[in-house]
Amino acid sequence: MALLDVRSISKSFGAIRALHDVSFSVDAGEVVGLMGDNGAGKSTMVKLIAGNFPPSEGAIVVDGKACHFHRPIEARAEGIEVVYQELALADNLTAAENVFLGREIKKGFWPLRILDKQSMIRRAGELFDELKSETRPRDLVKKMSGGQRQAVAIARARLSNAKLVLMDEPTAAISVRQVAEVLELIRRLKSSGVSVMLISHRMPDVFTVCDRIVVLRRGSKVADKETAKTSPEQITGLITGAIREA
Amino acid sequence: MKLSAIQATEETHAAISDIVNIREQSALHRVMTSQAFWVAAALFALVVFMTWLEPTFGTADNVTNITRNFAPLAIMSLGMTVVIITGGIDLSVGSVMGLVAIVTGLLLTWHHSWYVAFAAGLLAGLACGAFNGFFVAYIGMPSFVVTLGMLSIARSLAVVLSGNQMLYQFGPDAPIVRAIGQAKWPLHPPTGWAPRWMPEFSSHFWVMVILALILGAIFIFTAWARHLYAIGSNENAARLTGVSVDWIKFQAYVFSALTASIASLLLLGYSGSAINAMGTGYELRVIAGTVIGGANLMGGYGTAFGAVIGSAFLEVIRNALLMAGIDSNWQGAFVGMFIVIAVLLGMQTSGTSLVATIREWIVWKRV
Ligand SMILES: Nc1ncnc2c1ncn2[C@@H]1O[C@H](COP(=O)(O)OP(=O)(O)OP(=O)(O)O)[C@@H](O)[C@H]1O
Ligand SMILES: [Mg+2]
Repeated sequence: MALLDVRSISKSFGAIRALHDVSFSVDAGEVVGLMGDNGAGKSTMVKLIAGNFPPSEGAIVVDGKACHFHRPIEARAEGIEVVYQELALADNLTAAENVFLGREIKKGFWPLRILDKQSMIRRAGELFDELKSETRPRDLVKKMSGGQRQAVAIARARLSNAKLVLMDEPTAAISVRQVAEVLELIRRLKSSGVSVMLISHRMPDVFTVCDRIVVLRRGSKVADKETAKTSPEQITGLITGAIREA
Repeated sequence: MKLSAIQATEETHAAISDIVNIREQSALHRVMTSQAFWVAAALFALVVFMTWLEPTFGTADNVTNITRNFAPLAIMSLGMTVVIITGGIDLSVGSVMGLVAIVTGLLLTWHHSWYVAFAAGLLAGLACGAFNGFFVAYIGMPSFVVTLGMLSIARSLAVVLSGNQMLYQFGPDAPIVRAIGQAKWPLHPPTGWAPRWMPEFSSHFWVMVILALILGAIFIFTAWARHLYAIGSNENAARLTGVSVDWIKFQAYVFSALTASIASLLLLGYSGSAINAMGTGYELRVIAGTVIGGANLMGGYGTAFGAVIGSAFLEVIRNALLMAGIDSNWQGAFVGMFIVIAVLLGMQTSGTSLVATIREWIVWKRV
C-alpha cells in the first residue's frame, strides 16, 4: 500500500484551474520528483498535501486513511512535513530553537515551566550529527548558509518522525556545494525509511536522487516515470509540451 | 529506547563539550555586541561626566528624582518591547494612561475604595489593549492604524468622562492612593536606616525593577518568548510550525496596555490627582526609549534590559541638559539625534557591534 495516494485532485482559485484531475502515489522510502514549468501547479500540489488549503475535488489518502486537511497542523499529525528554502525558519532564533519551534521541551512545574535548553540543544545536535551536517545548534539561523538552513528544516522534520517530507525547490537559491549537501540530506532521509517529494527545476538534482518523476503541465499530469526508464531530454520535452504525453 | 538515547548521548559527549565552549564565548560576545550594552556604557560615561561637572547631579536626591522620572516610561517600554518584538507598534499607550487615570479618578471621587478604583482603571486599560490586539491579530489590520485609532479614542473618552475637569477630591482612600504613588524605600533617618548617600528609591522605580526582572526571566526561559521572537522574525514560519500566532500577538497588545495602566496608576498616586491629559506624547518617548535600548522596529529583537536602559538614557540626557543650564528647548533636538543614531547603528549592524561596523567601514575605505 502506498504511503501517500493522491486521487483525482482538482484545485481551482476562482476562474483559475491550478490542478486538474491529478493522481499519483508515493511509497514508503521512495523519493519522487515533481517537475513542471512555472505555474504548472507544483506548489499548489504541495500546499494541498501539506494542509494549507483543501482540494476542490478528489481525495488525499495517507496510509490508507482519507484525509481532509484544513490546517498544516492536521497534516503534520499524519506525519507530513514541509521544507521550504526560506519560508519556515525564524532568522533571529538559533538552529536548536528553530528545530523545536512550537514543540519546545520544557521542565519544572507550572507556573514555573521553563525551557529545557540543554536537552533541546543536545537533541538538535544529535539530529545534525545524524544528517552529517556541520550545523551548530547554538548558531543563529540568520548567519547560516543555505545548506545549513536546509539541514535545520530537515532536522525539524526528523524530530517529528515524519513519514513524508515535501521539499519545494530546496535547491533553488544555493551554491553548488550546498546543493550537494541538500541532496545528501535527501539520501539520508530515504535510507532511514522516510519518503520525500522533491520539487525542483534542476534536472540533474532530480535525476540524482529521485526514484520516480511526475511531470505536471498546466495543472494536469502528463508523465509518471521511473527515473531509470527516462532521460533528461524526455522530461524536458514533457515539461515544455514538445512531447505530449508519456 | 531510553538506553539507545543514553548511548547516543555518550557517543556525542565530546561534541557537546565543544558546543558548550562555543556558547560561553558567544554569550559574552552577544552581550558585548548588543546595542543595549553600548547604550549602558554611554549612560555610565554620561553619569560619571555629569557628576564630575556638576556635583549636585550625583546627589541622592537627584538620583531619586531621575529614577522616579524614568520609571513609568521604562515600565511602558517593557510593554512596547513585547509589541515591537512581534513586529508591531503601539501608539495608544499615552492615551491609555489618560483613560486609566480618569476612570480610576472618577471612582475615587465617587468614594469607592482604592482597590475597586484601581481594578476598574486596569480593566479600562486592558480593554483598550484587547481592542488593539483583536483588530491587529485576528482581523489582520496594521498595528500602526489600529493603535493610532485607539490613541484618539482613549484620549477622547478620557476627556468626555472627566467632563474636562481635573479630578483630585479622592474621598476616604485618598491617603492610600497617595501612599502607593509616593512611597519610597529605603528611607533616610529618622524614619529609616538608609545612609545619607543612598537614594530613597520611589515605588515607581521598584515596580519597574520587579517588572523588568519578571519580563527578563520570561524572555530567557519561556517558550512563549521564543514564539514572540519567531513571530517577529518570520510570522509565516511561526504560523506554519504551529505557533498560535494570533493569540500571542493579541497578548502582546494587552500586555502593553497593562504596563501603560500600571504607569498611569503610579503617576496618579504620585500627583494625587487625575487629569485627562496624562501621558500626552508619551507614546513617542516610550518608543524612543525602546528603540534606543536596541529593540528592532522590524521585529524579532528586543530585551527587557534594553527597554529600561533606553528610557533611563533619555531621562539622564534631559536631566543633564537641565543641570548644565542648557535651554530646555534644545532637549528635543538632542533626544531626536540619539533616536536616529541608535536606530542607524541598530540597522547597519543588525545585531552586531558598532565596532564591527566601524572596522568594516575603515577596511572599505582602504580598498
Ligand atoms: N492562492 C492562489 N490564488 C489564486 N491563484 C493561485 C494561487 N496559488 C496559485 N495560483 C495559480 O495557480 C497556478 C499554479 O501555481 P503554482 O504556484 O502551483 O505553480 P508552480 O508549479 O509552483 O510554479 P513555480 O515553478 O513558478 O513555482 C498559477 O497559475 C498561479 O497563478
Ligand atoms: Mg512553486
